[in-house]
Amino acid sequence: MTETTLDIQKIRKDFPILNREVNGRPLVYFDNAATSQTPQQVIDVIVHYYQNYNANIHRGVHFLSQEATDAYEQARIKIQKHFNIGKSHEVIFTSGTTHAINLVANGFSGFLKSGDEILVSAMEHHSNIVPWQMLCERTGAQLKVIPMNQDGELVMDSYHNLLSNRTKLVFCNHVSNALGTINPIKKIIDAAHAVGAAVLVDGAQAAPHIKADVRALDVDFYTVSAHKVCGPTGVGVLYGKEEWLNKLPPYQGGGEMIAEVTFEKTTYADLPHKFEAGTPNIAGGIAFGAALDYMNSIGFEAIAAYEEELLHYATSELKKIEGLKIYGEASQKAAVVSFNIKGIHPYDIGTILDKLGIAVRTGHHCAQPIMDFYQIPGTVRASFSFYNTKAEIDALVAGVQKARNMLI
Amino acid sequence: MGIQEIQEGIVDEFSLFEDWMEKYEYMIGLGKSLPLIKEEYKTDDNIIKGCQSKVWVHAELNDDRLVFTADSDAIITKGIIAILIRAFSNQKPQDIIDADTAFIDEIGLKEHLSPTRANGLVSMIKQLKLYAIAYQTQLN
Ligand SMILES: Cc1ncc(COP(=O)(O)O)c(C=O)c1O
Repeated sequence: MTETTLDIQKIRKDFPILNREVNGRPLVYFDNAATSQTPQQVIDVIVHYYQNYNANIHRGVHFLSQEATDAYEQARIKIQKHFNIGKSHEVIFTSGTTHAINLVANGFSGFLKSGDEILVSAMEHHSNIVPWQMLCERTGAQLKVIPMNQDGELVMDSYHNLLSNRTKLVFCNHVSNALGTINPIKKIIDAAHAVGAAVLVDGAQAAPHIKADVRALDVDFYTVSAHKVCGPTGVGVLYGKEEWLNKLPPYQGGGEMIAEVTFEKTTYADLPHKFEAGTPNIAGGIAFGAALDYMNSIGFEAIAAYEEELLHYATSELKKIEGLKIYGEASQKAAVVSFNIKGIHPYDIGTILDKLGIAVRTGHHCAQPIMDFYQIPGTVRASFSFYNTKAEIDALVAGVQKARNMLI
Repeated sequence: MGIQEIQEGIVDEFSLFEDWMEKYEYMIGLGKSLPLIKEEYKTDDNIIKGCQSKVWVHAELNDDRLVFTADSDAIITKGIIAILIRAFSNQKPQDIIDADTAFIDEIGLKEHLSPTRANGLVSMIKQLKLYAIAYQTQLN
């Protein structure tokens, strides 16, 4: 494997938080799958917004409102270009992936009836399961699960067997947050389309590693959260094909989403505003655009190659620890390592690591069905980003070793 | 020994430790010596909610004293329960109800625990006191 061409030490200087000490030790941040850190370039955009042109958008006649509107709409176009989306009004700003999924699930209420089926993968985040269960309760449709194997890969034969003309919707994450598996979404989408089903792909975990081309994928809906791609929390995007977005009813009523209102009848605004009721997270949207600019300036190919290097290094070093088992060994994997040590609760390991200044996640990672599948209470999950280093992985491995010695 | 005395003893012990490592090592040791709950009592009814790890507690009256047994799937959590049980087990229910819990802060346990574990600690104390209240009502 070739060494990265990225200047990691220079990149790290962009992230002020990486200078922090935790429990008297330099912070090692390996909880990137939960939320990524924010570079100064993005922080500056947020500060600049509040210092210079904070105003409500789309509704003021005044200068600042226009400036804010322009910046917000420019961010929409940046997001459009990044994901190769056909039209800018196919980009719907949301508060994040959870909101985006609920918007679609709610919209499908009118399209489903008893006897229809929704397929979801066995490795979904809770935010991707509950809205569909609620949708099924409302409509009488049935939820079916695409199973996975021990390596944490979807069983594609079973998927093909589950598909039928009863299937109306298929939901799958692009990358699993708990295991790191990169799912074969192009194959999933094509097979679903062959039976006339729509597909929503949750791109929350994929976006930091993979630049998805939604038109090449031909996906019907794709969701992203800004806070996983070096942007701020509380903002995200739903991509939907125009014909779908026109068909779906609005999700929330409020300002911004209407064309005309009388007490008898309201006509809805055109896309994207039909789905953007109320004052949005303006600074957040603008900063989301800046975050994608930042990541593109580093380059997604270089990021993916370097993260793979980190993943391989971490995997082989961790495996040297006696009794350590890695969950999720898919051949296609993002930079996430979920593991346990025989006889030790993941929470105990996480507690000791925290004392050493190492931030990991422990527990079920909002994916309890996966933990049930492996019959474990949870895992320790270390997730890497392009600003992490091999020296930090060495600290993790030493920390896990130390925890093991203390706890066994 | 009364609850107050036992608590003072625990505070004294913890004051000897130089750093968090020693505290944790001690707690892990305590965890291994926890008076274990009988398997038959490890039911969902006896699980304490609010912990990332599972915690089961059982209480039984022995004459006029309440005896606690417990278990957890996480060893540091077991250590924490062991400290609580040492402070509260084999005491009269009314004394448990009245007991002060300031010693927890004095040994610096909370600040050394992750937020979820600190919440779990509060739930555990609450649960022990609830048992005491239930048995006190029975005694009255
Ligand atoms: C795969 C996946 N889907 C959805 C979400 C939820 O994203 P958000 O909390 O930003 O709505 C997450 C984040 O943890 C995730 O990892």
